[in-house]
Amino acid sequence: MRLRFPPRPHQFFAVTPSPQNESRRSHGWMGIHRGHKARPGEWLAEKFIFLVSLSAILMVLLIFLFVAREALPVFFGQTNTALVQKPIPPDEMDKHSAAELAAYLEITPEQFAKLPKSTLRTLMDIKAEGQDDIPENFRNDPDARINTTEWQYLVRAHQWTDYDKPEYIWQPVGEIKKFNIIPLVVGTLKVTLVGLLFAVPLAVGAAIYVSQLARPRLREFLKPAIEMLSGIPSVVVGFFALLVMATVLQSIFHYQTRLNAFVAGLALGFAVIPVIFSIAEDALTSVPRAYTQAALALGASRWQTAWQIVLPAALPGVFAAAVLGFGRAIGETMIVLMVCSASVMSWNVFDSARSITTTIAAEMAEAVSGGPHYRILFMLGALLFAATFVSNMIGDFVIHRFKLKLEGKR
Amino acid sequence: MNTVTPPEYLPENSGDTARLTRHFRAERFDFGSFFFSGLTGLATLLILGILATILLNIIVNGWSAISWHFVSTIPKKDFFDANTTGVLPMIVGTSFRVIMMTIFVIPVGVITAIYLTEYAANTSIITRIIRAAVNNLAGVPSIVFGLFGLGFFINFVGKNLDTVLHNTSAVWGQPALIWASLTLAVMTLPVVIVATEESLKAIPPGLREASLALGATKLETILKIVLPQALPGIMTGGILAVSRAAGEVAPILFTGVAYYMASLPAHLSDQFMDLGYHIFVLSTQSPNIEQTRPILYATVLTLLLLTFALNIVAIIIRSKIRRKMRSLH
Repeated sequence: MRLRFPPRPHQFFAVTPSPQNESRRSHGWMGIHRGHKARPGEWLAEKFIFLVSLSAILMVLLIFLFVAREALPVFFGQTNTALVQKPIPPDEMDKHSAAELAAYLEITPEQFAKLPKSTLRTLMDIKAEGQDDIPENFRNDPDARINTTEWQYLVRAHQWTDYDKPEYIWQPVGEIKKFNIIPLVVGTLKVTLVGLLFAVPLAVGAAIYVSQLARPRLREFLKPAIEMLSGIPSVVVGFFALLVMATVLQSIFHYQTRLNAFVAGLALGFAVIPVIFSIAEDALTSVPRAYTQAALALGASRWQTAWQIVLPAALPGVFAAAVLGFGRAIGETMIVLMVCSASVMSWNVFDSARSITTTIAAEMAEAVSGGPHYRILFMLGALLFAATFVSNMIGDFVIHRFKLKLEGKR
Repeated sequence: MNTVTPPEYLPENSGDTARLTRHFRAERFDFGSFFFSGLTGLATLLILGILATILLNIIVNGWSAISWHFVSTIPKKDFFDANTTGVLPMIVGTSFRVIMMTIFVIPVGVITAIYLTEYAANTSIITRIIRAAVNNLAGVPSIVFGLFGLGFFINFVGKNLDTVLHNTSAVWGQPALIWASLTLAVMTLPVVIVATEESLKAIPPGLREASLALGATKLETILKIVLPQALPGIMTGGILAVSRAAGEVAPILFTGVAYYMASLPAHLSDQFMDLGYHIFVLSTQSPNIEQTRPILYATVLTLLLLTFALNIVAIIIRSKIRRKMRSLH
């Protein structure tokens, strides 16, 4: 079969087949090569395979786009939660921009664009009447006039009326909604740190034992057994922590609050141990056997080899395991949701804590779709996504470098 | 791998290796080594102990509470009553969402894995981006998948679908079985990709080369030689995804799960009840936790039996493939 269209260099020049130009060989037009049977169907199938394989990238982008999309009004300051607002008289509607009016009426710009002008006018009237119905005690309250979704109220302490000193408060219900995210960040870090302090030494210790010290037969039993822990759903771990661990731990440590960050952190540790163990064990096993053999030949004991030779060589991998465990821990929802939920601004581990994930899970059902609370929950989700994205990137980068180094490419 | 081999200057068969090893070890005994090795051993034991405690606690308490009546009854509105309650709708709901998820995720995951192992050059930028995306997808918190399902599938796809189909009330633009399944499919995509990739890599390159040498094209080789060989591995990936998804609650919280439904889900746009979510409801919203305790244990045991059964099947299949592959090499 002679194909003249479209002309390709290899149709004019004799190309000697060699591994080098084999890899650079043109794929032809729709898979049609000179001297080969035309297979446009196969060419299409291969392009289809390529396109489908891009779906993972597409999904990450979509997750980012759509979580951020719902949170955008918070970032651009288009939400307003001030209870007492300067009313816009319905007659002066035309003087204000569409975005301004949409924010004033607490509807989305799309909804605003769809509604006819008469309906909008009615809404403006209702809004103006609503302003008249605000109880007297809020009228003179300076807090009722501020927009609590502004950044300074989201992240900095504020002197609220009836409080002695500036405080960080997350209280999304009530007349004046307080959306300070600092207590949630503190709660998340508190629970996560307890979990990691418990999980990292245990998981890394077990990884050292399983990969370096245990006999091969024992190792074949231990590795899947520990990884079985990851097969327990987090809702079951949460249930166990709530019903059994909380009671047992309280009887040992005699603290006040039965359900606190300590219990949640330990339970979180259970969920994170298999993650850290798998990655750390993998890193320790991938240290070349020559290292171990050389150390043993020089007279080191097996513990000395494991501690002074293998562990330092695998340290980047172990570090990456901890980082990835951190990413998993801050994203864990059900355990913390079941074990403790009160948002308290305190670093004490024996107090309750409310993590970011818990807040989203518990409050999304109550939040009005499209309202400020809903937007802020999505913003928290975007924050969480960014945090895990960064920790995953760091973890993967470190592991990648570590593998290259072991292969002697760097 | 860590046993001390006898030095070469010793005559062959001068005694069994085990005795020599013991001799060398005894010579190097020091307390620090013994102590710290013991410490790591203890860490391992502690983890196993935690696992055993959780499982035993659930099995012992759950076994006495679970019954055929319990797993085959549709509960009345007040499902906290130990005598009349059941978990049939939850078992059905969990199974439905997991089966549908598998139908969505397997083709996409397998095709991506085929591209990554069979076509892509390992060093090209696009491959590295795909791998980074897969790794990232595996690390995204499950609650963020829930938010994504709400923001994308329900608020974007569903609402627009309603507009296109001229539905007067929200049919697709609300939490539904299909949206929960799709959200879970996105979440388990990396599990399937990684498992399939591993099974594809385990196939000896000689098989592919033989097929190509006989005149088959690359696609024919993949479809007729590589994929049948990788089938058990793909099944393992699917089962791992199922066992991961079966216990997940956070992604379905806003995308389809219902607190109570009087009937089983019959349509893709129906909401459903779920075992994991039911455990959450029973343990946090019960009016009397002591009376709910037996039902709670029975529900947890049902969920665990479901997931562990799947896990064990995965492990058996995997070990069978490995044995098969070893005989091929």
